[in-house]
Amino acid sequence: MVETVTLTIDGLEVTVPKGTTILQAAEAMGNRIPHYCYHPGLSAPAQCRLCLVEVEGAPKLQASCVTTVTPGQVVHTQSESAKTQRRGVLEFYLKNHPLDCPICDQSGECKLQDYVHEEGRPKGRSREPKRVLGRDDFGGDVLFYGDRCVMCTRCVRFMNEQAQDPRLTVVERGNRSVIDTFFEEGVEGSPYAGNIVDICPVGALVSKDFLHKARAWDLDRIPSICPNCSQGCNIELHVRDNLVQRLKPRDNPDVNQHWMCDYGRHRYEWMNRSGRLLLPKPGEGRHAGGNGAGDIALAQSLPEAGSWESVLGDLADLLVDARAEGAEVRAVASPFASNEDLGALRRFVDALGGGRIVFRSPRTDEELPLPGFPKLVRRRDLAPNVRGAELLQMSRVGSDDATGGLDDLVGFEGILVVMGDDLDDMAPDFGAAARVFAFLGPQVPRQLQAVTCLLPTVTHAETEGTFTNFEGRVQRFWPGLHTHGEARPAWQVLDLVAAAVLGDGTVPESAAEAFQRLADDHAVFQGLRYEELGTRGALVNDPVPLPGA
Amino acid sequence: MAFPYEHEREVRILSRGWGDPSARTLEGWKALGGYKALEKSLSMSREAVIDEVKASGLRGRGGAGFPTGLKWSFMPKEKTGLQYLCCNADESEPGTFKDRELLRWSPHQLIEGCLIAAHAIQADHVFIYCRGEFFEAVQVLARAVEEAYAAGFIGENILGSGISIDITVHSGAGAYICGEETALMNSLEGRRGLPRVKPPFPAAVGAFGRPTTINNVETLCAIPHIMTHGGAWYREQGTEKSPGTKLFCVSGHVVRPGNYELPLGFPLMELIHDVCGGLRPGRTLKAVIPGGSSVPIMNAAECEACTLDYEGVVEAGSMLGCASVIIMDDSTNLVKQVRRMVDFYAHESCGQCTPCREGTQWMARILRRIEEGRGTEEDLDTLLDLGDQMTGTTICVLSDSAAAPVASSIAKFRDDYLALIRRGERVGAA
Repeated sequence: MVETVTLTIDGLEVTVPKGTTILQAAEAMGNRIPHYCYHPGLSAPAQCRLCLVEVEGAPKLQASCVTTVTPGQVVHTQSESAKTQRRGVLEFYLKNHPLDCPICDQSGECKLQDYVHEEGRPKGRSREPKRVLGRDDFGGDVLFYGDRCVMCTRCVRFMNEQAQDPRLTVVERGNRSVIDTFFEEGVEGSPYAGNIVDICPVGALVSKDFLHKARAWDLDRIPSICPNCSQGCNIELHVRDNLVQRLKPRDNPDVNQHWMCDYGRHRYEWMNRSGRLLLPKPGEGRHAGGNGAGDIALAQSLPEAGSWESVLGDLADLLVDARAEGAEVRAVASPFASNEDLGALRRFVDALGGGRIVFRSPRTDEELPLPGFPKLVRRRDLAPNVRGAELLQMSRVGSDDATGGLDDLVGFEGILVVMGDDLDDMAPDFGAAARVFAFLGPQVPRQLQAVTCLLPTVTHAETEGTFTNFEGRVQRFWPGLHTHGEARPAWQVLDLVAAAVLGDGTVPESAAEAFQRLADDHAVFQGLRYEELGTRGALVNDPVPLPGA
Repeated sequence: MAFPYEHEREVRILSRGWGDPSARTLEGWKALGGYKALEKSLSMSREAVIDEVKASGLRGRGGAGFPTGLKWSFMPKEKTGLQYLCCNADESEPGTFKDRELLRWSPHQLIEGCLIAAHAIQADHVFIYCRGEFFEAVQVLARAVEEAYAAGFIGENILGSGISIDITVHSGAGAYICGEETALMNSLEGRRGLPRVKPPFPAAVGAFGRPTTINNVETLCAIPHIMTHGGAWYREQGTEKSPGTKLFCVSGHVVRPGNYELPLGFPLMELIHDVCGGLRPGRTLKAVIPGGSSVPIMNAAECEACTLDYEGVVEAGSMLGCASVIIMDDSTNLVKQVRRMVDFYAHESCGQCTPCREGTQWMARILRRIEEGRGTEEDLDTLLDLGDQMTGTTICVLSDSAAAPVASSIAKFRDDYLALIRRGERVGAA
């Protein structure tokens, strides 16, 4: 039983756990007290002096970020004295601020802009020249605009407390103080340094990668899961013009708190790749040779490339024949596919008599933990759903760079389904011996000549679904990009074919239904409900215990 | 006379050994009765020591005037680990020069006081944090500490009492803010000298995260005398609420500036005209800063009836602070004085809190502009408003200190400002 404290903030009673600060209590009731130096993931130095509120009985205004609640406390965040304080502090912040919002990347998501618009003076009183500090390269992806800095020291504290790699400090004192690096390389090579850009409340620390790329208000922010390792960090895709512009971490206290690693953050370009499979296409040149990638791309642009009905109908016919003759089935999956896709593939293969499903996944020897929140680690598996594939009895093959391991399929004569693996390292005649060779993927394969049909599927950025992270946490992602051409989720494609082959008409109509069927089919997912996963996810039934947990 | 100025109205208790080089040595100090108080105190219970200091009514000499005995009693009743005493010898308040002399002339007096205090608060280790610029004082003090260690007054099992106390002399790097008690602790720990947020207070979480009491040099120097002669004896000097003697650092436009040890409650005008030999010939009194640069400035009228004790100065519209009396006669331009003070605070602000970091600099710039004849009357309103914004809104009181002389000088010496503004307007018009 948690001890609670009841207090009054702006005339409303609120009950919070003992030890909560006034700022957190106010936040819990939806009253956001302006602040800079306080960040929920860092220590609170109470130095920005913006969060000062009036507490009845206290002689002075109190810093709400460090003042813990006491029973019966009466707090006023909107009293004349608190407002005067904020107006005054904001004027101090603007004293030396360059007001270069039109060319500042932070504009639109800047706390200085927001607060001054809300409560600042309409006109500054300073007649003095401004202090000029200029720009500095902090190394890595981080650029520092000294003039915009509000000296909240969040970046210094992140490097000290979370990254525990103290590469930043405040040099000089008073009005001359400025954030600086110790050595020339700055934060270069510090694997979590990108977070200091996220937590900078103003435009002092900006990302070089995102520099002058898009305005904050033009971006759509879509909740997603980082697809670059099996940690499953909760992120947002920031999208403009149907292109992912950057990735930002999204709070999830169970997975990544407020942070994400630079490795994940900077690997989003593949979601924007062109050269996509646009239309389903029967493999006309099968066994005939000479049907290179260029021809396929050309054929794609023609309307007669095929419709889903005809291509899937033809595929179903071939499969029915092959099944009648007792052909074996084998499949290659991908750890980048969602649980729904993998479940559908498992179901599809089982419907055709069952067979081995393998997947290849990139892997590294190095784990990169965040010392201040050791649960967050850039994991060894550099794909989001390795755990999901394993839970569905798919086996990893090949080497750590996701190549090789498919030699036993080269001469395979049965039904071969490849989902999401581009097979770039395989010879052009891979699968030539297979009776049926169905290829599902977002990209036009570079090599393959022997496919029976090419079926365009979407990436996780274009659809909704779930991934299972390293510890067995099932987490949802949402669609952020428009689909290219007639690409469809792989689970839908596989289910339509399976329905046609089996003559069974039940096909899930949404990712939710696809997930529900997965949960019904597999004990490990049983009891999970898509709608209840929410934004924080839920553990599968045999979660892997965390080291040290 | 070895030491510059003495006066017959002085009551020399703390400054008794000043000017006598032999008093710096252990032998010399013992000849003056040194270390008797330590012996006596170690034989008493720590509660009895605290009670004696409480009875004396001694108030902290660092500026705030907080009762010392009461401060000591804030330390944990049950000791759970290491506890510390910090001696604040980072004397840097403009106009103050008393601790420097105490360190230079009577280091053993301070060491004895530290040891008694450490016993009273059960401290295992005493850190004497000296201002970085005190080169000579630190040398003298360090030598005295060595002597006292060799003589068994410091270290293991002092005088066979079973009590062990160590003393470390630490030299700062020359930042004014490190005289603020929590900044001092940060600096002592090897961090940036930034004041800490209170609570927790040092008596709960102080230096190195342990319960710590911090006392001024002059406070600790008074302790041996109180322990020798008793609290009632100490009360014979001074007033009811401000007992004892106090070192007054007098500087500015008087004939004989210097350190004078006088009973608290001494009239300000007598200090100026009698003890310090009066103003320079032909000059009249314009302003007095009674307690170091951080307190409000008094005009001549306010000085008339002012007595120099904690209550008396407050009544007269200022604060006694650390009793650094700066006297200014009618040749003084207050704007220039205040600008120099604010420049000092702008330079010494640690830069943590926004109102102080930006405010001190802004004020300094405005004052500079007024001084150069480019000011307007509007600037005075801005200055007063900035002062309000800087008072009571920060972690420590440095910005309050910067705002106080600005506000009081505008209130009491507005004509000085207006003269510069008007002259500037005339020149600008021509």
